[in-house]
Amino acid sequence: MDFFLGHYNYWIFIFLMMLGFYVVVARGNLVKKIIGLNIFQASVFLLYISIGKVLGGTAPIIIDGYGTDPVIYSNPLPHVLILTAIVVGVATTALGLSLVVRINEAYGTIEEDEISEMDREP
Amino acid sequence: MIAAHYPALQIALPLIAAPLCVLLRRGTWAWLVTVAVSWTALYVSVQLLLQVLASGPISYELGGWAAPWGIEYRVDSVNAFVLLIVSGISAISAPYAYKSVIHEIPEHQHYLFYSAYLLCLTGLLGIVITGDAFNVFVFLEISSLSSYVLISLGKDRKAVTAAYQYLVMGTIGATFFLIGVGLIYAMTGTLNMADIANRIDQVQNTRTVLAAFAFITVGLGLKLALFPLHLWLPNAYAYAPSVVTVFLAATATKVAIYTMLRFVFTLFGTDFALDVTLLAEFLMALALVGVFAASITAIFQNNIKRMLAYSSVAQVGYMMLGVSFFSVTGLTGGIVHLFNHAMMKGALFMALGAIFFRVGSVHIDRIRGLGKQMPFTMFAFVIGGLSLIGIPLTVGFISKWYLILAALERGWWPIAGLVLLSSLLAIVYVWRVVEVAYFRDPPTNHPKVTEAPLSLLVPTWILVLANIYFGVDTTLTVGVADTAAKVLLGLGQ
Amino acid sequence: MRHHVILRVVAKLSIPFIFLFALYVQFHGDFGPGGGFQAGVIFGAAFILYALIFGLDNALKVAPINVVIFFIAAGLLLFAGVGVAALLYGGKFLDYGVLASDFVAGQHLGILLVELGVGITVAAVMIAVFFTFADRGR
Repeated sequence: MDFFLGHYNYWIFIFLMMLGFYVVVARGNLVKKIIGLNIFQASVFLLYISIGKVLGGTAPIIIDGYGTDPVIYSNPLPHVLILTAIVVGVATTALGLSLVVRINEAYGTIEEDEISEMDREP
Repeated sequence: MIAAHYPALQIALPLIAAPLCVLLRRGTWAWLVTVAVSWTALYVSVQLLLQVLASGPISYELGGWAAPWGIEYRVDSVNAFVLLIVSGISAISAPYAYKSVIHEIPEHQHYLFYSAYLLCLTGLLGIVITGDAFNVFVFLEISSLSSYVLISLGKDRKAVTAAYQYLVMGTIGATFFLIGVGLIYAMTGTLNMADIANRIDQVQNTRTVLAAFAFITVGLGLKLALFPLHLWLPNAYAYAPSVVTVFLAATATKVAIYTMLRFVFTLFGTDFALDVTLLAEFLMALALVGVFAASITAIFQNNIKRMLAYSSVAQVGYMMLGVSFFSVTGLTGGIVHLFNHAMMKGALFMALGAIFFRVGSVHIDRIRGLGKQMPFTMFAFVIGGLSLIGIPLTVGFISKWYLILAALERGWWPIAGLVLLSSLLAIVYVWRVVEVAYFRDPPTNHPKVTEAPLSLLVPTWILVLANIYFGVDTTLTVGVADTAAKVLLGLGQ
Repeated sequence: MRHHVILRVVAKLSIPFIFLFALYVQFHGDFGPGGGFQAGVIFGAAFILYALIFGLDNALKVAPINVVIFFIAAGLLLFAGVGVAALLYGGKFLDYGVLASDFVAGQHLGILLVELGVGITVAAVMIAVFFTFADRGR
């Protein structure tokens, strides 16, 4: 039981990751795929942030006279890394959606099977 | 003084030039900037390679922060060689871009095209030069995002769907890689590659590190189009604008393979990789299946660009085959094939781009009789094709020679036989094109075409001659690849 | 949205404060939580709110798409320019310490300029993304 409760952050990560991955693989709608991709990426953000947490640690800001002595800080590095990854995620989403817009303009649909149907005829 | 800053300049120059192109707003000026920056980057990477060969690895601390804490750019003989490949291909394809881009991309997008091209170059060079595991992810995404944009600029509407498909698969690959890096960080508490390599021994037998290894290899496998994960590649290369295909085919997968080598050999270590049950056998099986499956698919393609794209998947198989031997000779073969494949696929796709420029199609029916109408272009294609097959005196022969040597060294002669057999498949698909171009009459219902302009022919022929030159004189390529293989296996600097 | 009085009034009242908050997050970033990314997004959000309530045409009058694209490039150039300036002052690339007479002041100046570059680019990118999507369907 401890194995499950003690690692609950990882279980959430795995659940979200597989959920997002499933949406990407199983859905034919291109916008839904992008949303799945977003969930997939968000799960990794959670993984990083949860491994940066130090038990009993406070926000890593140096303020005089704040916190217990010696002050324990949470690890700020994963947060910084994930800020970069979030920006990358936003860029990917924007680019992906703009590609969907152009696909919609070129094909008149955003359903994957209909697009491959239209591509098959020469 | 400036020589000490070459590692930073290698990245900073294209990074600065990209927004500069946006500010200039003129296609021609942006092109001039691109050419200038590409050639400067080539100069810098040549200097870096010379420095490394003369005096060992170079370390550059970005922002002046010392290595395990700050981001370190680290150049050794492995990545100096890959830097040379990337910047060299960029320097040759940038002049080629001018006419090709005017022909294939609407005018108001020219400056944005060059901006994206430079960002892609920045990303690729950055992946190679950085010594920080997370930084690899950032540069990976810079190069990937810009290459999605570049691919989507293709004329055919299929280019957009191909870019979308690549975006989805590429993002999954990059995210897998990110998970792996996160798990390594959780176990070792560091992101510096050299530091990880030192610390990973203590936690080597944990399941977390094994999971990190799996995530990273699968993620990079997607990026480098290892056989069952290659599905994005054929369409992306087939429908992208010609220059983009030249540039990406010759660099993007190579850089991913380099990253794989770096992570497997330097970070996790050869012993760790060999301990992973059946990894070497599994890689070898995938590589061989990939070579055969992709070559056979290539034979049945009517779009020549798509045919060569499938051939690229097969060539990735050869590189991974070399890696999977886990021996100096095998790795030398794999690394030298990085270089050689860049030369031959660059030349072939450039010749195809010239054909597309004149004919407006790369369908096999439309190249009938081109042997007479575009003799120089077609002859370049023939030599590139011979190199792809692996005829002696071309670079393709050198790669296959080392792969076969590595197989024989292990006593695995069936593998050597399979490599030879797969070359026969390459003969089939190259011959299909040659036969149609030289022994069929030109179609009567299409206007007569003339030879491609010089600005397309000269870069093509530079690469063709490089195919022959490096097929004869292998001191540079094999010499550096051999040193690089030894560095990766931990047998020397 | 032109006829929704409440929305218009609330937006008109809150947009200046959102801009102000963006600037606070931007320039307080080297002392506390904040920085260019967050500030840029907040700034961009205020602008997008304006465009949503008062119409795309009005927003485009304030910031034509070409101007927005200019700022995307300019912010990135500012960032890289600081790095090169550090090179010219004799330090490593992006080594802010050499930018001023003493190390700490140099670090402050450098991070301020770099974050400003990030903020400009991020805000411009958010606005550009919104504009291009919103403009497409018309």
